[in-house]
Amino acid sequence: MILYDNNYKIKAIIIDDEPLARMIVQEYLQSYPQIEVMQECGDGFEGIKAIQQHHPDLIFLDIQMPKINGFEMLELVEDPPAVIFTTAFDEYAIRAFENHAVDYLLKPFTKQRFDKAVSKWLDQYTLHASARSGAEAPPADASSSPDEGAPGASVSPGNKTRELLDTAAHSPSQQQRVVVKTGGKIKIIPVEDIHYLEASDDYVKIHTHNGAFLKNKTMNYFEQVLDPNHFVRTHRSYILNVQQVTRIDPYEKDSHLCVLQSGAQVPVSKAGYVKLKAVLGL
Amino acid sequence: MARSPLSIGKFLIIFVSWWLIWALLQTVLLMGFGLRLGIALTDSAVANALVALSCGFVSNNLQYYLPKKERYWYILFLSLGLSILITIACKGILIPLLSSQHGDPGYAIFFSKSWPVRFDIIFLQMACMTILSVLWYSSEEEAQQIQRKTDAERLSKEAELFKLRQQLAPHFLFNSLNSISALTGSQPELARKMIQQLSDFLRSNLKEEEQQSVLLAEELQYLELYLDIEKVRFGHRLSTVIHRDEESLVMTLPPMLLQPIVENAIKFGLYDTTGTVTITIRARAENNHLVISVQNPFDPETSRPKQGAGFGLSSIQRRLYLLFARGDLLETRIEGDLFTAIVKIPQQLITPTT
Repeated sequence: MILYDNNYKIKAIIIDDEPLARMIVQEYLQSYPQIEVMQECGDGFEGIKAIQQHHPDLIFLDIQMPKINGFEMLELVEDPPAVIFTTAFDEYAIRAFENHAVDYLLKPFTKQRFDKAVSKWLDQYTLHASARSGAEAPPADASSSPDEGAPGASVSPGNKTRELLDTAAHSPSQQQRVVVKTGGKIKIIPVEDIHYLEASDDYVKIHTHNGAFLKNKTMNYFEQVLDPNHFVRTHRSYILNVQQVTRIDPYEKDSHLCVLQSGAQVPVSKAGYVKLKAVLGL
Repeated sequence: MARSPLSIGKFLIIFVSWWLIWALLQTVLLMGFGLRLGIALTDSAVANALVALSCGFVSNNLQYYLPKKERYWYILFLSLGLSILITIACKGILIPLLSSQHGDPGYAIFFSKSWPVRFDIIFLQMACMTILSVLWYSSEEEAQQIQRKTDAERLSKEAELFKLRQQLAPHFLFNSLNSISALTGSQPELARKMIQQLSDFLRSNLKEEEQQSVLLAEELQYLELYLDIEKVRFGHRLSTVIHRDEESLVMTLPPMLLQPIVENAIKFGLYDTTGTVTITIRARAENNHLVISVQNPFDPETSRPKQGAGFGLSSIQRRLYLLFARGDLLETRIEGDLFTAIVKIPQQLITPTT
């Protein structure tokens, strides 16, 4: 088995809003000469920039941070690196970790606990690296094969991360806003500002009074996450904010057309009409 | 269960006196109809003793069975039935007793003439007593129900106040411990200092729970401990300004009220913006109220603070309502990108406990 290049340094980034919390990760990493910390970031915006710039192999990520939390930051990263989560106390995050068998460090954590998480990740990383090098490594496809023994020490990029983020999105703070990236800029949309959502291929188009934004999620995802007392899926391809409704007109047989304050017209299917009437109390 | 009115000394005396006076009146009345004193006295004594005993019996029994509101006919039939029984009993006892003893057949004739009047009076007395008893027991029952309700409310209010006071944020505690852990390696002196601050904070937190109200001066000292810890955690991002006038320092406020408001402001300020954050705390005396305002910056683009008690302030509002029965003591204001929470603490209502 060929190990990865000894001169190659593993690139890591620490993202946490508390300086001392970043400091202790730095300190614990001293005993890993093969890992180099490229940058320390104090919030998710810096984090995204640093990830785009350095393409790290591993990030240490806090959950509760200014403006956007750790999960929302990960959502905006196109090809997210492996993550070791660090958090002090957040029931929603911990529930998400538990549900998806993701290892996480509860602050304050000991060096032993930190070592366990890092060496677990290092083992996986080494395996992947040797598999990538094309040598006679076992056909290790860790992303699809179930993890043997204890839960994985980190999230490997891919489906697992997506599922984790979908679960985490049910936290009350994340239900209040949608974070999107538009032309390299990050925009936080309070849910009250949403007029309606429209399915658009693999994306969902979020219509607001400041224009429309695309988010790489499904309609089912939004139907589950948004407050059902305010958002109704009136059609396979539409979810609307009931507070924006001004008028409901009959359209072709069995279907209706909902006119919003902005003047936009949203199709309402037969089943959608029943749901809409129930929420509006008609 | 409600007590019988006759078990209360005062009512028993009234009850007995009433029957004595009534018996005397009846004697005089009967003598007016030409009966001799002895006969009039015996007649009155027997008749009134029977009615009094029945009244006592009815009053006592209603204690165990109180007719429901829609069943007032029960009262009528009870009084009517007992009145008939008493009249028959009077006849059965008095005629043999008084006719044979005095050899006077005139009494039997008198009784047969007077029984409708006797019956009417007995019925009126029985009905009065029954109605009075029913009213008595109903009001007793209602009073007990109200008492139970206020007791239950008081208990739940105390429990709720305790819970609202108890909310020491675990997030704060674990992050502070993590900061200490980080400092231990490189700056053990600072770590020790922070352990001291955290201990002092937790100690005052425990101590304050037992008090009803504290002086603002004390509360500000306690707040300083908290702010020092937060400043270690967030470094240069967090700064605080405290203004207070001399008069306000000796005013009182409920313990553990100010710190959660400041904690909320810090959280709101620090997590809603990415730059440096200044929290401004102002305390002043105004119209016998202690007025404290806590101001933090926020991002109006992405946050919509609800007017009233948005952003974690609802538990503060609830506490103020439970303590002072007023819903207008917490106010929030938005000016540009500044969010201000203002609490007013009425002074005359709290008495500091020593």
